[in-house]
Amino acid sequence: MEHDTLLSARGLTLHFGATPALVDVDADLWPGEVLAVVGESGSGKSTLLNVLSGRLAPDAGVAWYRDPAGALHDIHAMPAPALRTLHRSDWGFVHQNPRENLRMAVTAGGNVGERLMARGSRHYGDIRAAAISWLEQVEIDADRVDDLPRTFSGGMLQRLQIARTLVTHPRLVFMDEPTGGLDVSVQARLLDLIRGLVRRLGIAAVLVTHDLAVARLLAHRIMVMQRGRVVESGLTDRVLDDPRHAYTQLLVSSVLGA
Amino acid sequence: MLEVTGLAKAFTLHLQAGLRIRVLAHVDLRVDAGQCLALVGPSGAGKSTLLRSLYGNYGADSGQIRVRHGDDIVDLAAASPRVVVDIRARTIGYVSQFLRVVPRVAAIDIVAEAASGDRRARAAALLSRLNIPARLHALPPATFSGGEQQRVNLARGFIGGHPVLLLDEPTASLDDANRDIVIAMILEAKAAGTAIVGIFHDTEVRDAVADLRYHVAPIQDAA
Ligand SMILES: Nc1ncnc2c1ncn2[C@@H]1O[C@H](COP(=O)(O)OP(=O)(O)OP(=O)(O)O)[C@@H](O)[C@H]1O
Ligand SMILES: Nc1ncnc2c1ncn2[C@@H]1O[C@H](COP(=O)(O)OP(=O)(O)OP(=O)(O)O)[C@@H](O)[C@H]1O
Ligand SMILES: [Mg+2]
Ligand SMILES: [Mg+2]
Repeated sequence: MEHDTLLSARGLTLHFGATPALVDVDADLWPGEVLAVVGESGSGKSTLLNVLSGRLAPDAGVAWYRDPAGALHDIHAMPAPALRTLHRSDWGFVHQNPRENLRMAVTAGGNVGERLMARGSRHYGDIRAAAISWLEQVEIDADRVDDLPRTFSGGMLQRLQIARTLVTHPRLVFMDEPTGGLDVSVQARLLDLIRGLVRRLGIAAVLVTHDLAVARLLAHRIMVMQRGRVVESGLTDRVLDDPRHAYTQLLVSSVLGA
Repeated sequence: MLEVTGLAKAFTLHLQAGLRIRVLAHVDLRVDAGQCLALVGPSGAGKSTLLRSLYGNYGADSGQIRVRHGDDIVDLAAASPRVVVDIRARTIGYVSQFLRVVPRVAAIDIVAEAASGDRRARAAALLSRLNIPARLHALPPATFSGGEQQRVNLARGFIGGHPVLLLDEPTASLDDANRDIVIAMILEAKAAGTAIVGIFHDTEVRDAVADLRYHVAPIQDAA
C-alpha cells in the first residue's frame, strides 16, 4: 500500500457474467482528498464504489483501509461486524437515491440522531441538539426536526441524507451521484454545501459522477472509466483541460463549459 | 525560483483522426526572485500553453520545470498530482485570463479561499484596492462585468503571496485606472521577491513591469 494513504486498491477485477464491470483497477486516496470517478453509464463507477466500500467483493484484487491508529485492514477479508462498525463510524455512504439511506418512517431529527446512537451516544438532549445543528448546517429549518422525510422535497431529502452521513464525522465518504436527479438550481445549492463541508471538515471522499462540472468543482483528482477500466487519471483540471485519452477527449468535448 | 529546460508540448486530437499539433519545443527559461519575465509572440504561438504548463494545468511531454518549493527543488513536470496541489497551495499562484465562477460563492470567499490566516479582512482590502465596492463583496461574481470578474480573479491570485506568480493577460479587460493599480501590485510583488511570468499584450504594462522576455515562436512543421 502507498505510504500514508487512507484507502488503496490494486488490481480490482469484477465480472457480472460476461460483463467486465471492473478490470484491473488501481486507486489511492489520501486523507482530506476528494477523488472523482467519471465515465459514461455502465462504465463501472458504482461497482467500483461498492467494491471499495466492501459492499461487493471483487473476483480479484485487493483494497485496504488504514484506520486512525494506522492499522491496515483488507476490506474484503474483514469480519462482517468489523465492516459494519466502520460503516457506522469512520465511513459514510451517500446514495443517489436518499430513500436507500433514510428511514422514511422516522423523523428528520431521528434519522440524524440514529447514526449517533448506533455509534453509542445515549444522552437524548445531546443527540437532539446535534441533530438540530446538523439540519441547520445542511440548510433545513430547525423547526422541521420532528417532520417525517416524506414531507420533504428531493433536494431536502438529499441534504437530510448528507446530515445523517456526516453527523458522526466520518473520515471517508463514498458518494454515488449525490446531485443526480435534482433540478439544476437545487444541484448548485447542494454542491456548494458539499464543497463547504468537505473543505471545512477535511473529509476524504470518493465521488462518483457523470457530471464533469461537478468533478471540477469538488475533486482534487479524477479517474476516467470506460468499460470497467481506468483509461486516464490525474489532477482534475489537467485531465479536463488537457485530456490525453481518446475517450476522455470525447467526454470533455461532449459538454459545454466543463 | 523557476527554471525550465527542454520543455516540449504537443496535442494529439484523437477526435480529429489523431491530428498532432506541436506547440512547444526546446523551451529553456529561467526567472529569479524579484524578476518578471514576459512571454511574447504572435497569437496562437503557445504563450498560454506555456504558462498553463508551468502551473501543471497542461502536462508537459518532455523537459523539466524546476521550482523552489519550500526547501526543495521540485520538477513540476514529473510531480505527482498531490505534489502539484501542494505546489499550487504554497508556491505557485496563477491568474487565468477569465474568472471561473463557482455557483453561489461570494466574491470575498472566492478570494479568501486562496489564502490562509486572517483571510476575509485581507480579501476585502484587496478587493477594495481593486475598486470592487464593498456592496459587491458578498455577491457571487456570476453577474459581475468582465472587468470586475477579472479584478476578483486578480485579488484571488495576489492574496496568497506565492513566491511564483503566473499572469495571463492580467489587464486585458481593465480601464486605465485599474490597469495602473495592477501595475503597482505587480511592482510591489516583485519588490517583495516574487518571481513573475506573464503574458501582457498591453506594451505599456509590459514595459512597466518586465525585466526579461521570452519569445514563443510558432512551430512550422505541424505534421
Ligand atoms: N448486480 C449486477 N448484476 C449484473 N450486472 C451488473 C450488476 N451491477 C452492475 N452490473 C453491470 O456492470 C456494469 C457496470 O455497472 P455500474 O452500475 O457500475 O455502472 P455505472 O458506471 O455506475 O453506470 P451509471 O452511470 O449508469 O450509474 C454495467 O454493464 C451493469 O449492467
Ligand atoms: N487544450 C488544448 N487542446 C488542443 N489544442 C490546444 C489546447 N490548448 C491550446 N491548443 C492549441 O495550441 C496552440 C497555442 O495556443 P495558445 O492558447 O497557447 O496560444 P497563445 O500564444 O496564448 O495565443 P493568444 O495570444 O491568441 O492567446 C493553438 O494552436 C491552440 O489551438
Ligand atoms: Mg452508477
Ligand atoms: Mg493566450
